[in-house]
Amino acid sequence: MSTVTARSATAPVLPMLARQSYAEFVKLFRVPAFSVTSIVLPTMFYAFIGLGQAKEPLFPGSAVTFGEYFLASMALYGVANVMVLGFGISLANERGQKQDLLMKSTPLPAPVFFTAKALSALAIALISIVVLGLFAAVAAGVQLDASQWLTLGARAMLCSIPFIGLGFALGYLAGPNSAPAVTNLIYLPTAFASGLFFPLRLLPQFLQNLAPYLPLYRGAQLVWDSVGARTEGGSIASDWLYMGAYTVVFFLLALWAYRRDQGKKFN
Amino acid sequence: MSAPAAELVNTSKRYGEVQAVRDVSFVIEPGEVVAMLGPNGAGKTTSISLMLGTRKPTSGTVRLFGMDPKDLKARSRIGVMLQESGVPGMLRVAEIVELFRSYYPAPLATAEAIRMAGLEEKAKSLVKDLSGGQRQRLYFALAVCGDPDALFLDEPTVGMDVEGRRRFLEEIGALATKGRTVVLTTHYLEEADQLARRVIVIDHGRVIADSTPAAIKARVAGKRVTFSTGTRPDESQFAGLPLNSKQIEDHRVRLLTNEPEQVLRELFRRGVEIQNLEVAGADLEEAFVAMTHQQTQT
Repeated sequence: MSTVTARSATAPVLPMLARQSYAEFVKLFRVPAFSVTSIVLPTMFYAFIGLGQAKEPLFPGSAVTFGEYFLASMALYGVANVMVLGFGISLANERGQKQDLLMKSTPLPAPVFFTAKALSALAIALISIVVLGLFAAVAAGVQLDASQWLTLGARAMLCSIPFIGLGFALGYLAGPNSAPAVTNLIYLPTAFASGLFFPLRLLPQFLQNLAPYLPLYRGAQLVWDSVGARTEGGSIASDWLYMGAYTVVFFLLALWAYRRDQGKKFN
Repeated sequence: MSAPAAELVNTSKRYGEVQAVRDVSFVIEPGEVVAMLGPNGAGKTTSISLMLGTRKPTSGTVRLFGMDPKDLKARSRIGVMLQESGVPGMLRVAEIVELFRSYYPAPLATAEAIRMAGLEEKAKSLVKDLSGGQRQRLYFALAVCGDPDALFLDEPTVGMDVEGRRRFLEEIGALATKGRTVVLTTHYLEEADQLARRVIVIDHGRVIADSTPAAIKARVAGKRVTFSTGTRPDESQFAGLPLNSKQIEDHRVRLLTNEPEQVLRELFRRGVEIQNLEVAGADLEEAFVAMTHQQTQT
């Protein structure tokens, strides 16, 4: 039994995180209902709505084209969609199948598990904006400076972070059967009301009044800003501040939902 | 160095109104193979969950290798199979074994864990395509892949086919000879009899017996009397007889008694038509039934 005393007490964390992240990625990627909607849907919306009017100015006389505005919109829609659905529905399903029961009795630390989930969702989000960007450049002829492409990509990815918290909270609050309905019920109308599909000024007045308080609207200002299509006069700093606040709120909500679920099962 | 593999000290667990475990104490030493027996709802699964730290005791202390069961250092030394737990269906068998290996400091080779579980031919299959028995074998592969010092197996052979079960019992036996601790709950008494050198019988949340299979059989010094009857036997025909237990299924009667001669004499006197009579020493199953039966009457 000398091997028993010689070996270290726990497994190294980094290889564990690498394996877990790969497994989480593959789990998401192999479910077409998830990977296709996450990766293809934003591009499909772009093909249906953006392509025909890509070259037209966003508003009469504006320098920004609809194609540029809609590219930024769909980039944000895509990444947030991955987070809300990826976390929300997959977590709810895993709880429904009692996968958490077995994981809970392994030496896998909970932070590694959640980091791996976040990393895998970020990877799929990145794929979705790369596919969208290529499509917009090739099929719709959208032309941005290298720095604009990078800023757009980086801001879209950063703006997905609060939605990790939201998806995580939904995953622990919604049941496996209701999760897809609940997330779509919240997410689609919010995206619409934030002006992601049509510029806000074309929407009813009550939505225009509501929009500034929605996280997607604040994220949208940031991505629109990167292609020069910002619709609001306020400062970028205030948008970042809003996103920071939403991040804190959503992660606290997620933590509360997680603790509530764990308390029910493992007390 | 050698803290007990698992230890419960005056441990109780209540779920709301339900008292699942009542003031249970036992120590499982490293290298022991222990079977926990008891009817459904007796508290076996709760006892295992307490040892694994997935449930918190309402009162009392639980230790795993001398540590808090939630301690990752303790968890790194155990492997588990749980009832009704799920695994990701979209991973391949080899992938999930690889994944679980990465949780442990000194795991077995992936191929070795898959071989022990008899899943060589399914290594590339998606987990969702496995049959119930194969899935159970996969859980076994996941339990052993970390090369743990102790295995906790809750109803491990449920859903396994005959071949799977035979192979499983062999592998458990091999692990036991290597000095690994094995704690399993089971309904199959022959499994307990075959594998374990110690049996803990739990009923209504209490330990009602804790000793070797042989000693438990000896505790009920009775004989098993089995026979069939021409007509369906009437309960009243057994009234007042010195029986430890009685099972009647259609025309088949199984009695457990310390005084078989007197019981048979009385049954003949009462005119019960007895065919295919057998009288034998009680096996573990009868001992168990008799013990839990006595317990409910006290």
